[in-house]
Amino acid sequence: MSTQHSRAAARLLVAPSVVLLFLWMIVPLALTVWFSFERFNLLMPATREWIGLTNYRFFLTDPAFFAAILNTLLIVVGVLAITIVGGILLALLLDRPMFGQGIVRLLVIAPFFVMPTVSALVWKNMFMNPVNGLLAWLQKAVGMAPHDWLATTPLFAVIVIVAWQWLPFATLILLTALQSLDEEQREAAELDGAGAIARFRFIVLPHLSRAITVVILIQTIFLLSVFAEILVTTNGGPGTDSTNIAFLVYAQALLQFDVGGASAGGIVAVVLANIVAFFLMRMIGRTLEG
Amino acid sequence: MGSIVLRQVEKVFGDVTVIPPIDLEIADGEFAVFVGPSGCGKSTLLRLIAGLEDATAGTISIDGRDATDLAPAKRGLSMVFQSYALYPHMSVRSNIAFPLKMAGLAQADIDAKVKAAAETLNLGDYLDRKPKQLSGGQRQRVAIGRAIVREPSAFLFDEPLSNLDAALRVQMRLEISQLHQKLKTTMVYVTHDQVEAMTMADKIVVLNKGRIEQVGSPLELYRRPANRFVAGFIGSPKMNFVGGAIAAAHGAATIGIRPENLAVSRDAGDWLGTIVVAEHLGSDTFLHIATDAAGTLTIRVSGEVPVHHGDRVFVTPDASALHRFDDKGIAIR
Repeated sequence: MSTQHSRAAARLLVAPSVVLLFLWMIVPLALTVWFSFERFNLLMPATREWIGLTNYRFFLTDPAFFAAILNTLLIVVGVLAITIVGGILLALLLDRPMFGQGIVRLLVIAPFFVMPTVSALVWKNMFMNPVNGLLAWLQKAVGMAPHDWLATTPLFAVIVIVAWQWLPFATLILLTALQSLDEEQREAAELDGAGAIARFRFIVLPHLSRAITVVILIQTIFLLSVFAEILVTTNGGPGTDSTNIAFLVYAQALLQFDVGGASAGGIVAVVLANIVAFFLMRMIGRTLEG
Repeated sequence: MGSIVLRQVEKVFGDVTVIPPIDLEIADGEFAVFVGPSGCGKSTLLRLIAGLEDATAGTISIDGRDATDLAPAKRGLSMVFQSYALYPHMSVRSNIAFPLKMAGLAQADIDAKVKAAAETLNLGDYLDRKPKQLSGGQRQRVAIGRAIVREPSAFLFDEPLSNLDAALRVQMRLEISQLHQKLKTTMVYVTHDQVEAMTMADKIVVLNKGRIEQVGSPLELYRRPANRFVAGFIGSPKMNFVGGAIAAAHGAATIGIRPENLAVSRDAGDWLGTIVVAEHLGSDTFLHIATDAAGTLTIRVSGEVPVHHGDRVFVTPDASALHRFDDKGIAIR
């Protein structure tokens, strides 16, 4: 259909938006790379100078950096595990015909619409607070000492909060996948002598594999950069117990005013995210093809 | 081995009675076909036998033992679905092996049985493919393969050929008939296509609105339909029905005449009419003739007849082959 001529015209016409988007991406990236090679502290703006890889050396040898990488991975893996297992179970439940199905489904999806800062604050003050929290009250009700979630198990607390937010997303995607399973396949498996567990293992789970992959991909992208939940609950602490890469970069830039160091951290985070993305895409490419 | 007996089986969904109490016996080794228009309850009846639906009342015995409350897998039946219901993520081999694997057979036994089934169905070259890499006819065969490895006491088919094109349908029809000859296992087959019913069945069960209209061999139903519904449903082209004074002259509310029991003549006959459409098939000619006395009739003439649209011709029924029905549509014998 398209001639040589119209193709050239098309390129010309999309050029402005492509150029704009490219600049939008490349200018901040280039500036970040540039700053990462400088001594650039907001408290001493006059001392800006080129220091080569020193920022990277400091950032990469900082003990907080390794803690942050580990925490980032734990958040991603922990939240993925909770949301996928929980999402499958919830989806299986919601797939059953029941009274008030529409309202129940709406309620299940609701947490996804609550802002991260708000939900984190609700969890912090109403559930996990060792004095006034609901969880503490429950523990006291059965005679246990209340557990101080944010002080003693801060990373787990963050994982729980983030998982609560992402569970609806996983449930929703898995539920729609579940509903697309051909009823006759289930019945055929039933006639073939497969019990409920075998049907789940051999029919339902393989059918869900694509949806699970999609959930993993999308959630990983967002979970690598969890920030608001940490900021309003633990502030990365105690120590660096709940600091992830995103929070470490923030702390470097806006708590220590070290723009150079934060830029180096940012670039490291970009590289790490790309490594994760590379493996994810390979895994997903395989699943989505098959 | 594979007899199926239904006693007063009833199915009610909410307050809709899909199947009023039904009695039916299918003998061992018989090829029984449930036929009827869509929504007549034939699939529901099959699913009741399979155990995929629970009977509201009545008993179902399979193989002489009461199976009414038995789980589907315990009934010793296997089923071929309309959509084939192959497991898309498994290879043909795993699909066929699945029921054996669920039954906990040893791997060597499974391999041997899958191989035998694949040979029976000419699937040997496709065992490692996924269902989506197969054509419709091949998928159909895999579904049948998955059914036969279990060596069930009876096969259930739920409109298995309706997703195939016309040529393939005729071929698969033949293959299923041959399979029945070879295995001699009871088969229950659901279809809305009376040609499939006529060509394959030992026993046809004609259903309408959940009720059994008539049970019998194909030719029995063809020659002695119990009522107007069966008469109109079995046979292609459809039987002609004539009412009014002509029927009254035969002592009936309606008379039915098969298209092949009408003769056409240019010179003399009972009813004069105009040819509306002439369908020349080579072996047969179907004439749709608007008669002045008896309405529009379909006539089947063997071979080629030199008539065309608009010709005036005489139509004469074969008086010995008339079917007479009373005002309730029941055959008068």
